[in-house]
Amino acid sequence: MKALKNYIDKIKPHFEPGGKLSMFQSVFEGFESFLFVPNTTSHSGVHIHDSIDSKRTMTVVIVALLPALLFGMYNVGYQHYLSIGQLAQTSFWSIFLFGFLAVLPKIVVSYVVGLGIEFTAAQIRHHEIQEGFLVSGLLIPMIVPVDTPLWMIAVATAFAVIFAKEVFGGTGMNIFNVALVTRAFLFFAYPSKMSGDEVFIRTSDTFSLGAGNVVEGFSGATPLGQAATHSGGLLQLTDTLGSPLSLSDMFFGLIPGSIGETSTLAILIGAAILLFTGIASWRVMLSVFAGGIVMSLICNWFANPAIYPAAQLSPLTHICLGGFAFAAVFMATDPVTGARTNTGKYIFGFLVGVLAILIRVFNSGYPEGAMLAVLLMNAFAPLIDYFVVEANIRRRLKRAKNLTK
Amino acid sequence: MLSKKNKEILLGPLSKNNPVIVQILGICSALAVTAKLEPALVMAVSVTAVVAFANVIISLLRNTIPNSIRIIVQLVVVAALVIIVDQILKAYMYQVSKQLSVFVGLIITNCILMGRLEAFALSHKPWESFLDGIGNGVGYGIILVIVAFFRELLGSGTLFGYQVIPQQMYDWGYQNNGLMILPPMALITVACIIWVHRSRNKDLQQ
Repeated sequence: MKALKNYIDKIKPHFEPGGKLSMFQSVFEGFESFLFVPNTTSHSGVHIHDSIDSKRTMTVVIVALLPALLFGMYNVGYQHYLSIGQLAQTSFWSIFLFGFLAVLPKIVVSYVVGLGIEFTAAQIRHHEIQEGFLVSGLLIPMIVPVDTPLWMIAVATAFAVIFAKEVFGGTGMNIFNVALVTRAFLFFAYPSKMSGDEVFIRTSDTFSLGAGNVVEGFSGATPLGQAATHSGGLLQLTDTLGSPLSLSDMFFGLIPGSIGETSTLAILIGAAILLFTGIASWRVMLSVFAGGIVMSLICNWFANPAIYPAAQLSPLTHICLGGFAFAAVFMATDPVTGARTNTGKYIFGFLVGVLAILIRVFNSGYPEGAMLAVLLMNAFAPLIDYFVVEANIRRRLKRAKNLTK
Repeated sequence: MLSKKNKEILLGPLSKNNPVIVQILGICSALAVTAKLEPALVMAVSVTAVVAFANVIISLLRNTIPNSIRIIVQLVVVAALVIIVDQILKAYMYQVSKQLSVFVGLIITNCILMGRLEAFALSHKPWESFLDGIGNGVGYGIILVIVAFFRELLGSGTLFGYQVIPQQMYDWGYQNNGLMILPPMALITVACIIWVHRSRNKDLQQ
């Protein structure tokens, strides 16, 4: 560590204004502050330095994402070997290795493209490099199906980082969640690679690992996909080989779906980490779940299941399926794009939950509504905050008037 | 005929005073008809013809129009010209006119038209008004064609309906970008053009 510090201090002058590498100053600074806490101190006055800066915040979120990511890798392998009928004779580690090799290129592509643009933008504007993309770059591979081509992820990431983030002024200034903009771009630009029953399970081999043909009766439809295309009679969700799924299957997450979203358990572990460290707001999480439960109960009672088959699903099933839990824990709690006032957080979260289920049940074109719900509410978050603040001002003015009477 | 001042009138709207990307007028039709190049080009020519001749007619009438009813007179002139354009399109380019559907009729409400009539034709001579109309029509048309070029190329892989992205690319896994066909990308493409234009013309930056 000492040697590293000495080396960094030695090369530092090159990057300062006037040095021969001064054009890379923000890159240098980014790496330096990644390795060591900055040694600058305040010169005057009284300042309180909080130990939690945005770099530590991002690190905690990454740690919270790890359970879902690792489980997602295992699930990719599990679904693959299940579909080619070789699950019984494959060891745990081969299953995990298959998933790891299938997911890793997506993570690399997302980070290389996104950080490349961030670094370039920071150089051009002579800003410090911001850490915001550390989390977005991991979220992006976790919310896409396993068979989405890498070049599509690269294009979508570039689009989202430039048009949803950099044009608004970079980290902390964006109106919409960058990872979800990436997904929305993919979803509308290349719908055949983002939805349907072809892309959620890798049936071909990965780096010539796990070759084989799919077994008889295989269907790659996700549970929500089955609900959206179901017609007539009682809805029975099945796994890829046609055997029925129980609620515990959906909770533990060995079901087809986007990479990181299937296991509600792993996401709840992440949620516990976020709440314990105080990074994410429990108000948002709680109210998203509340909104989802209320709306799915309303659908249970009032929607006609013959026309809207997804209305048959119970509230717990709705929460365990698809990206609902993932959106509630990792997307809606984004402090930049969500509501900031405490009352606003309740309203924001509740409406995200309501809209997610509303889109799921009543629009069979979009089997999963969580992404669109969060993006739509991102647009409304400033409005919610405005009215919460205005209401507070009015209340206090009234109180003041009563006191002076 | 083409003095220095007239040249400025004709060429100004192409870049420095472009109706779409500087004055942000006529955005609605720029979104609606730019999914393909052919309708965009036809729309550009139609608007250019209507603006140019409406400018000339209003300029000829400018001393006889009572000020209190000038908007109504302008509308009558524009509406008559739009109907002529619409009928010509229906007679000679039926397929394109079907694609453009109501948007030919909606040229009447294009802000560029009323803007030029009010701001220019009412106070200038016919020849200058004609040049101003041509300039603004072409300035509008350039943007439409640029937007339509990128939207058709990336969204459908074609230009004027002919496939330009080689089949080899599709075999390698390339796919057309479905979002380019949808209206949001028209806005973003126009925004990109404005971005490039402003960064090249420092005096337009605020």
